[in-house]
Amino acid sequence: MIEVVDIHKSFNSHHVLSGVNLTIEKGESMVVLGGSGTGKSVLLKIIMGLLKPDQGTILIDGTEIIHLREEKLNEIRKKFGMLFQGAALFDSLSVWENVGFGLMEHTSLSKAEIRNRVTEKLAMVGLKNIEDKMPSELSGGMKKRVGLARAIAMNPEIILYDEPTTGLDPIMADVINELIIKLKHEIHATSVAITHDMTSAFKIGDRLALLYQGVIHRIGTPEEFKHSEDPVVRQFVTGSSVGPITAG
Amino acid sequence: MISWLEKIGHRAIEVLKKVGEASLLFSQALRWTFMPPVYFKNIIQQMEVIGVQSIPVVLITSLSTGLVLALQSYTGFKRFHAENLVGTVVALSLTRELGPVLTGLIVAGRAGAAMAAELGTMRVTEQIDALSTLAVNPVKYLIIPRLFAGLIMLPILTVFADMIGIVGGYFISVQYLQANPVIYIRRTTEFLEANDIFGGLLKACVFGILISVVCSYKGFNTEGGAVGVGKATTGAVVISMILILVSDYFLTMLLFKQ
Repeated sequence: MIEVVDIHKSFNSHHVLSGVNLTIEKGESMVVLGGSGTGKSVLLKIIMGLLKPDQGTILIDGTEIIHLREEKLNEIRKKFGMLFQGAALFDSLSVWENVGFGLMEHTSLSKAEIRNRVTEKLAMVGLKNIEDKMPSELSGGMKKRVGLARAIAMNPEIILYDEPTTGLDPIMADVINELIIKLKHEIHATSVAITHDMTSAFKIGDRLALLYQGVIHRIGTPEEFKHSEDPVVRQFVTGSSVGPITAG
Repeated sequence: MISWLEKIGHRAIEVLKKVGEASLLFSQALRWTFMPPVYFKNIIQQMEVIGVQSIPVVLITSLSTGLVLALQSYTGFKRFHAENLVGTVVALSLTRELGPVLTGLIVAGRAGAAMAAELGTMRVTEQIDALSTLAVNPVKYLIIPRLFAGLIMLPILTVFADMIGIVGGYFISVQYLQANPVIYIRRTTEFLEANDIFGGLLKACVFGILISVVCSYKGFNTEGGAVGVGKATTGAVVISMILILVSDYFLTMLLFKQ
């Protein structure tokens, strides 16, 4: 279970998060929605322990991670897998080295066993015979899928998705959505996705949370969001430029 | 007037903040150096990038310096009939000063720039964050190998630079200026002390660490996409070079003031 408790974060004088509270149950798929620059990525990085909040705390299965030393935090991080917006593949390593990176670092598996595991994970995301390619040889969609294979290589309990469909064509975006749903059923991981893609959010989320003005404005199921009368939710779901949410 | 003072004060605080951050990064690297795992493969890779790949340009620069130094010293010393001291001057200049400083400047420009650009790109494309999410300490994985490589390879490159420079000086003196080879070699070895060589190598070690810390810090803290990577790279090279020149003065005071 992930508990986000009263998280505040500022950059210089800009207050990005002003007291975010959110609980994500074990096995649940939570989608955090919000416009560009509302602090979604910041929230995800705080959950992962990549950024320290100014105030508040994060509990992962009851363990408070904000004040953990690097060594202890890394033990917690082994429970996580993360898909980055741009995939963040290591461009000096081949596809199999990227996907098998965590296994090489944290397990005593032989190179052959790791390669087998990598092939298996690549197959799970619908990729074959690309183990020896370099990231620069892959298309955007393939990079994202390799990133997803790397995120699930260690069989994580929690998967974080940073804008999983951004920058992809609608068909590839749907492929990624289907993969996320498939992974949810296959490895039963808790997942947190941040996005502003409503199609993706409705498809992959058990519950949606709307981040607005530095706080979680509303939490609900996709159905509740679709039929919400809340003007902020309404405007975000319909993608209208008219309403309480202003651009910029 | 006040706004000027404010600007100067603001700038001074910024500089001090960056010095503090770089020192903190260095101290973190030192702390994690002695904790497993050790990334030998990365250390070897960086030794190749910083050291092996810099050999040609270091050799060319040093050879040229040795040749010019011998030629200039000869024409200058001839005015007061001290031509037979050319070998001594070439050897002392190269081992104490020119070998380590030129090597440092070349490595800062070549490998330091590459280091800052690579780490900067990794930062803006979230590859450094990805390392953390895979429970791998980025300082251990990326920076410590660069520190070791700088510390080990700079003195080795300096030995090459010293040797090729001295050989160049010998070649121009003996072959072109018709100096007596026996006297030239005797003059070279007679006044050259172990302290001259080891002092120069110690300087090279310091320069190696300075280049690695500055370029890693600048790359590691890059912000703002391609423009940020460009700025970080330029900043890393300029700061490394200035620090090499400034620290060289103090190291010379410390090592060779007799």
